[in-house]
Amino acid sequence: MEIDPGTFDPVAFIGMTAKFGHSGIIGAHYHAHGPGWCELALPYSQDLIGDVATGILASGPIFTIMDMATSVSIWLKTGVFRPQATLDLRIDYLRPARPGNTVIGHGECYGLSKSVAFVRGHAHDGDPEKPIAHVAGTYFFTAS
Amino acid sequence: MMDITLSPYAKTMGFEASRDSDGRLVLAMPCEGKRGRPGFVHGGALAGLLETIAYMTLAEALGKEDRPQIKPVNVTATYMRGAVEVTTFARATIERLGRRVANIEAVAWQDDPTKPVAMAQMNVVLVRA
Repeated sequence: MEIDPGTFDPVAFIGMTAKFGHSGIIGAHYHAHGPGWCELALPYSQDLIGDVATGILASGPIFTIMDMATSVSIWLKTGVFRPQATLDLRIDYLRPARPGNTVIGHGECYGLSKSVAFVRGHAHDGDPEKPIAHVAGTYFFTAS
Repeated sequence: MMDITLSPYAKTMGFEASRDSDGRLVLAMPCEGKRGRPGFVHGGALAGLLETIAYMTLAEALGKEDRPQIKPVNVTATYMRGAVEVTTFARATIERLGRRVANIEAVAWQDDPTKPVAMAQMNVVLVRA
């Protein structure tokens, strides 16, 4: 995996993770980005159901796109790609995603120290005003 | 055979349930299709593994008669070591099982159970009719 540190491209990066990484098997893809924030989309899939009685998505794939979105938001905040690892990520589930709906995960980097990036985000299933989940977490730069 | 039904998500992830020598549920996750940063398993896949073993362990603790609706409230995943691309195992402990709330802790490891790669603290609400 070759990444040019000067020109971090979230579209190419997320496309690459879909091809070679974990987002591929859950079907997540790039949705949108801006300075210090990034969004991924997780289309509804029968393969990701956590409870067959209700058809509700498992929380694991939602956790995964929130990890990805918050992770990428850091490189969009700093403008450079720097290797990092998740220290912790907390997710609050406000309500389940509606079966059939695509989940959008929004992540943003709101703070940086020398070795740690602070992130937060939310997920919705159609209406950004009605989030299904909120997240907060930290990452540390592994090569500083 | 174990009396455990895996969800479609658990099957997609390739999770396999077994028991350790103490009879505790253990869930294994193969590394194929789980890559995050190069050479390491994705934190989201680890969180999915930890959540799944937590729910399986909770369902078993509740038993066959007591079947409340289980509503996840939150999960805090902490990553302690880079999880390399080998099979990851996880087990969960019910810290408290109340009438309306359960608190669960799950831990994941690879070759050495005393060196966890990740853990999760979870709170769930139990809704009884």
